[in-house]
Amino acid sequence: MYSEKVMDHFTNPRNVGEMDDANGVGTVGNPACGDIMKLSIKVDDNDVIKEVKFKTFGCGAAIATSSMVTELVKGKKLSEAGDISNNTVSDALDGLPAVKMHCSNLAADALQAAIDDYKKKKEAK
Amino acid sequence: MSKQIYFDHNATTPVDGEVFQAMKPFLTEQWGNPSSIHWAGRGPHKAIDEARDQICEFLGCSSVELVITSSGSEGDNLAIKGVAYAKKKKGNHIITTKVEHPAVLNPCKFLEREGFKVTYLGVDKDGMLDLDELRSAITPETTLITTMFANNETGVVFPIKEIGAIAREHKITFHTDAVQSAGKIPINVADLNVDLLSISGHKLYGPKGVGALFVKRGVRIVPLIHGGHHERNRRGGTENVAGIVGLAKACEVAMRDMAGESARVAKLRDRLEKGLLEGIPALRINGKRDSRIPNTANVAFDFVEGESLLLSMDMLGIAAASGSACTSGSLESSHVLNAMGVKAELTHGSVRFSLGRSNTEEEVDYLIKEMPSIVERIRGMSPLWDTKAQKGIELDFD
Repeated sequence: MYSEKVMDHFTNPRNVGEMDDANGVGTVGNPACGDIMKLSIKVDDNDVIKEVKFKTFGCGAAIATSSMVTELVKGKKLSEAGDISNNTVSDALDGLPAVKMHCSNLAADALQAAIDDYKKKKEAK
Repeated sequence: MSKQIYFDHNATTPVDGEVFQAMKPFLTEQWGNPSSIHWAGRGPHKAIDEARDQICEFLGCSSVELVITSSGSEGDNLAIKGVAYAKKKKGNHIITTKVEHPAVLNPCKFLEREGFKVTYLGVDKDGMLDLDELRSAITPETTLITTMFANNETGVVFPIKEIGAIAREHKITFHTDAVQSAGKIPINVADLNVDLLSISGHKLYGPKGVGALFVKRGVRIVPLIHGGHHERNRRGGTENVAGIVGLAKACEVAMRDMAGESARVAKLRDRLEKGLLEGIPALRINGKRDSRIPNTANVAFDFVEGESLLLSMDMLGIAAASGSACTSGSLESSHVLNAMGVKAELTHGSVRFSLGRSNTEEEVDYLIKEMPSIVERIRGMSPLWDTKAQKGIELDFD
C-alpha cells in the first residue's frame, strides 16, 4: 500500500535525532491519534537551515514524511522552507494512501512550528 | 521474502487439508441442488444432512437447532436483529458489552436507530465483565443479552455459563458470539445456558463464506434473508454445499485434535510472552492472563506505534495484527483496549499474536530473537522514548 519511496524512508530514515544546539523546535500531533512529530532546526545568521533532525512516534507514513521533510529543507533559506506544505512532502514521496493524508502527513506542520519557534526566540533576543 | 511466519490466526486460518479434500467433490461432480428430488440432488442432500449432524455434535445441539449462515457476522446479525424483532412486543432493551466485535456492535447501533435501547457494559483493566453490573443493567424491558465468548483482540474469555444463568433467571434470551473460541476451547451449548451461539468456518481451518448459528428449540427469530424453505424458513438461499461439508469436517478435526493442539499452542503462546517480556523493556500483556483462549497474546509495546512494528515484522516475514488506528482503517485505535482503560498512546502500540496449527517453537524463538532490535529501532526514532534511560518521556506540546 505504500510507495517504494515511503518504504525507503521508513526503512532508512534520514536525519533522525535531536540537537543540543537547535535554535528552533516544533512538536505537533496528538498521542490519541498515534502520531507525534518533533522537528529541530539549526538556522544560521543568513537564515539558512544548516541542520535538521526529527523524532517521530507514528506509522510508516508518519516516519517517512518526517524523514522526507528533513531532506527537503536542509540547506534551504527560511523563506523557501516556509513554502513547503504537507502536499509538497507527500508528492515528494510519490503519494500516500488516502487514509494517511490527514493523520500522518504532519511533517510540514512540524517544520512550520519549528520555524515559528526560531522566529519567536530571535525576536525575544 | 524467505521466511513466512503466520501469527494472525484470529484473522483467518488456512483451510485444513482434510477439509479441502472433503469439499472437493461438491465443487466438481456433486454440483446438484440439495433440494432437488432427482439424482443430481440426492448426493448433495445426503452430504449436508451428515454435515449438519457433525456440526451439531461439535456444538452439542440437535439438527433442528442449527441455522447455516455465510459468516460469523451473519450469525451475529441474525441472532441479534432476529431476536430483537421477534420479541419486540415484550420489550425493547438489549444488553451487550463495549468490547464486542463490530458484527455485534453495529447491529446493536442499527437497532438503536430503530428505536431499541442498548446498554453497553464496560470491562475492567483486565478486560473482564462485572456480573453485578450486568444484573443491575437488566430492566423489565430487556429481551436480549449478547456477549462474546472470547475476545478477538485479547483472547479474554467471558464467564458464559454464569451470564447464561443470569439471563435464564430473568427469562432473557442470551446470544454469544463464539467465533474466536470455537475449535480452541470446548463448546457445548447444553452446558452453557446459551440460547443462540454463532461460529465461523474460516476461524477454525474451514472455508470462508460459511458459518453456523445455534438457535435453541423454542427461540423465535425473524429471518434476515426471506426466501425458500431453507434452514427451516430461517434463512433463504440454496445451500453452500461445499462450504457446509467443509465446516463439518473442520468441526470434526477440531473435536479430534483440540485437546492436544490447544495445550501445544498454549505452551507456544506462553513461551512467546515470556521471551518478549524478558527481552524488551516497557512491555505489558493486555487481558486477564489466566482467563484467555490458549492461542492469543496481546502485547503492548509502549511508546511504539503498531503499524511501524507490523511493517518492520512483515519485512522479516512475520505476520501479526495491531490495535493501532493506522491498521484499523477507521483511524480509531482499538475500542477493546480503550474500554479496558489503556492510555490512548499505548493502544497504538499493541500487537496481537494469534497462534495456530502451523506454528512451531522455532518460529516463536525467531520472533523472540528479532523483536528487540525492531522495537529498539522504532523507539529510537520516537520523541516519547528515552533510549539511554530506557523509559518514556513526558512531552510538552506547543
